[in-house]
Amino acid sequence: MAPPSPRRSGFSRRAQYGIFATYVIAVIGAIFALLLALTERLDPKGHAALQLVVSDLTAPLSQLGRSVTSGLGGVGETIGAYFNAASKNKAMEAELRASRVKLVQGQADAMEVKRLKQLLAVRDVATQPIIAARLVSSSSSSSRRYATLAAGRNAGVVEGQVVRSVDGLIGSVIQAGQISARVRMIIDGKSIIPVKRASDNTPAQIIGLGDGRLEVRGLAAGQSPFKPGDVFITSGAGGVYRPGIPVAVVTQRTQSRTFARPAADPTSFDYALVEAPFVAPPPLPQAEQDAEAADKAVSSQ
Amino acid sequence: MARGYRPRLEREPVSALMLGVPLISVMLGSVMTLLPFIATAPILPPLGLIMLLAWRFLVRDLWPAWIGLPLGLFDDLLSGQPLGSAAFIWTILLLIIEVFDRRMMWRDFTQDWIIGGTLIATALFLGLGFASLDGGGANPLLLVPQIVISGLCLPLALRICAVLDRLRWRL
Repeated sequence: MAPPSPRRSGFSRRAQYGIFATYVIAVIGAIFALLLALTERLDPKGHAALQLVVSDLTAPLSQLGRSVTSGLGGVGETIGAYFNAASKNKAMEAELRASRVKLVQGQADAMEVKRLKQLLAVRDVATQPIIAARLVSSSSSSSRRYATLAAGRNAGVVEGQVVRSVDGLIGSVIQAGQISARVRMIIDGKSIIPVKRASDNTPAQIIGLGDGRLEVRGLAAGQSPFKPGDVFITSGAGGVYRPGIPVAVVTQRTQSRTFARPAADPTSFDYALVEAPFVAPPPLPQAEQDAEAADKAVSSQ
Repeated sequence: MARGYRPRLEREPVSALMLGVPLISVMLGSVMTLLPFIATAPILPPLGLIMLLAWRFLVRDLWPAWIGLPLGLFDDLLSGQPLGSAAFIWTILLLIIEVFDRRMMWRDFTQDWIIGGTLIATALFLGLGFASLDGGGANPLLLVPQIVISGLCLPLALRICAVLDRLRWRL
């Protein structure tokens, strides 16, 4: 005999109504939940408020765990370092010799740049990081690529700020709670960053693919001129990301697309620096007038 | 009579544990997203959902039909998905299992596994849909590893639930 279904309650009217009520609640609740999820795009701040409260409560826990796991990760690396130690040592010595020469050249170049800048009276806008904090966890089961930063409004972190590590760009703050903030990483599917190739300033855009890779799209028409090994840095176009932060290294090029990996390896983020968004200097008024005049000339023709 | 002696027969189980153990085990599954590592792709299976389904397959009169709402909301608070998406998806999945209960009265483990795996895959694709509502669309193929891992986690979750089930009756 089939096991009696607990949802079939025999002849008791009361029990039948009780079970019917649970279905009604479930269906109505599901409809409300659907509306809630669909209205998220209309009122993202209201929806984020609750999630941020929870994130504030749980960030310290993750932070505690993070300090333990980063220690454990270090153990593996330490053991791994013993393998091939001799050949590695030789290779590193060769590399060191080569880089010493380059260092001297670099120092000379830096002096030259400094002198030229003085000549042109260009002022460097020094950007001081607002705070250095740990990235403690990420939305590992979701298809969005968000990370949780263990610093919030109390430390001066607000929405729109730029998050980077020493190696390169990580992403930007999209929501800030009191002691934690949510960071959208550059590998998220919604992230677009204006960049240029470090070697020759070819402009491009870097778009997140959501699977840990990035796609590089050149701004110029025609076949992509980028090849594996190319390094891209932020161009500063349009503001937000100040120029010169490393973003990605090209790894693979297919017929139609170019893929890259983030310059800052997301799995090894330890401390992240939060910086104020870069404000691009306003265009010169004279240039604007010239441009308008040129437009008029074109339209009148 | 020795101190601390409790009769082993005719003993009432503790009602707080009877409900609390399943609830807390599902919530612990949701909390796993707080694990301190940075994932570059969706790789962590939806452990809260897997625990919920495992309990549902194991003890089918455990919960009222609306239990997916509060547990799903809790999951939404932690997972980074839009608020309300898991509440909606989980409730619908539980209602679908009710339909299976009516149609297929005798189910063995393999059938439960297939049903559960399909439901988890559905939940992940729906979740991807909700997550890309505001433009963060990702390739659906991205979910394949997560679905495979989730499918493999389901029997394990059933085992864990069985142990917890025995525990909550005995304590």
